[in-house]
Amino acid sequence: MKPDTWKSALLSVLIAALFIGVWHLATLPKAATAQSAANDEYAVLLGKTSAKQTGFPPPLEIGKAIVKYLGDPFYDHGPNDKGIAIQLGHSLGRVGIGFLLAALVAIPLGFTIGMSPLIYRALDPFIQVLKPISPLAWMPLALYTIKDSNISGIFVIFICSLWPMLINTAFGVAGVRRDWLNVARTLEVRPLRRAFTVILPAAAPTIVTGARISMGIAWLVIVAAEMLVGGTGIGYFVWNEWNNLALPNVIFAILMIGLVGMALDHLFAMLQKWVTYAE
Amino acid sequence: MPYLQVSNLSKTYTPGAEPVFNDVRFSIERGEFVVIIGHSGCGKSTILNVLSGLESPSTGDVIVDGREVKGPGLDRGVVFQSHALMPWFSVLENVCFAVRSRWPDKSRAEIEAQATQYLEMVGLGHALKKKPAELSGGMKQRVGIARAFAIQPKMLLLDEPFGALDALTRGTIQDELLKIVQATQQTIFMITHDVDEAILLADRILLMSNGPRARIAEIVEVTMPRYRTRAGLHHDPQYYRIRNHLVDFLVSRSNDYAGLPPGEPRVLRPGLDEDPVTSPPVVRLVS
Repeated sequence: MKPDTWKSALLSVLIAALFIGVWHLATLPKAATAQSAANDEYAVLLGKTSAKQTGFPPPLEIGKAIVKYLGDPFYDHGPNDKGIAIQLGHSLGRVGIGFLLAALVAIPLGFTIGMSPLIYRALDPFIQVLKPISPLAWMPLALYTIKDSNISGIFVIFICSLWPMLINTAFGVAGVRRDWLNVARTLEVRPLRRAFTVILPAAAPTIVTGARISMGIAWLVIVAAEMLVGGTGIGYFVWNEWNNLALPNVIFAILMIGLVGMALDHLFAMLQKWVTYAE
Repeated sequence: MPYLQVSNLSKTYTPGAEPVFNDVRFSIERGEFVVIIGHSGCGKSTILNVLSGLESPSTGDVIVDGREVKGPGLDRGVVFQSHALMPWFSVLENVCFAVRSRWPDKSRAEIEAQATQYLEMVGLGHALKKKPAELSGGMKQRVGIARAFAIQPKMLLLDEPFGALDALTRGTIQDELLKIVQATQQTIFMITHDVDEAILLADRILLMSNGPRARIAEIVEVTMPRYRTRAGLHHDPQYYRIRNHLVDFLVSRSNDYAGLPPGEPRVLRPGLDEDPVTSPPVVRLVS
């Protein structure tokens, strides 16, 4: 097992090195021919920067951006210039609040739906219609009614986190083995105790799977939501750097979004491992 | 009045269809071990579920200790065929869960002590901290038995508890159950497919005819002394007479009862028959 892990890690490093190498070679400045040198001069005359900097940024530029932003992640130079950690913190805060609110609604409601086939059938059409709506489609409505861009962002996260958790909770609760419920019945276990000691642990793996999907979607949506509402957050950072035409910073932000998303998913994977039981 | 009285019990699953069983009537005395045998589909499990209160009958009623059974209750412990242990609990926690349900006011230490005592009784004192997934099928079923006994019910209902076990394990647990039952004088109703298991454990064996409209056709009293062992069983001449009677019933006679008018099942003591081979029990069909 262990040698295999080493081998796969080594291979991963090699693939990364190869990718960066190809990227580096592809973005090398073109050999300066006479004509292009003339063009360069012309460009300088027109007040433009050199041709090299307007092309796709080479990996070295990204490296510089990484060093610059990770070297001082907490600085705050006004609304349009904040450290990467502060921007990520804003995004994570919105995602965290929206996700927790969604969990507070989805898990109890999912319990009710899962335990009552009647309520399940009654609510099913609404869930089926609301579920496929892109969370961003709610944004104008949220901005109009809430009149606060920050809370609107949280609302969008709430609405997109809701469905997977709701559906998985209902599914998990409805699928609790009949035998376990029968044991609880023959032992005259009270409904609240049954909910917490039998149904919740039995459905926990399914519920956490739903939460993991929700968190994944929330992290996807927050970037787009922050691009729309602006102000703070990693999505706003990406949009702001695009407006500055600072592509190395955009690529750096993309990398950070990926890394944070991976960390969040890993967190839920650990939670999943913790609640999963072997039968 | 017997401890448990079942009268006129029937169950129909789809309205208008023939009942799976009807006119089921029998009684169980306090401290008695009654086993029910019949082919698959005759409704044995349904009868047990009605006794436990998990299912309700279409007609008829069940009186336990002078009161009608309206739902599941702690006075009747159930051992499920599929053991039904909670996989997220350890062995000890599974039994504690039952003990706490029965005595919610007991302290944690008292509950654990009682659960441990019953787990030791089934020989699992060494596996308290294990999760059910780490146990063999026989050990899981032992936990199920400990859980049912630990709430000290007035009556135990066992739904083919050893059906999924291999023959060797089954024998060992049968011996254990026999010992526990002899010590506790527990009232027990059990389903089995195993004729030998029935003779080893039962005071009386209820034989069910085939469905639909299955009913208890014969009641066989096991007239051998109550303190039996698996090792000594087959040295008793009664054993073969009873066994032959049961096997004959299952192989050939279980179909003959369809369409018979309702009535008390015949009570038989084949163990006391002088020569069961030349005078097999005669069943006359009344049209």
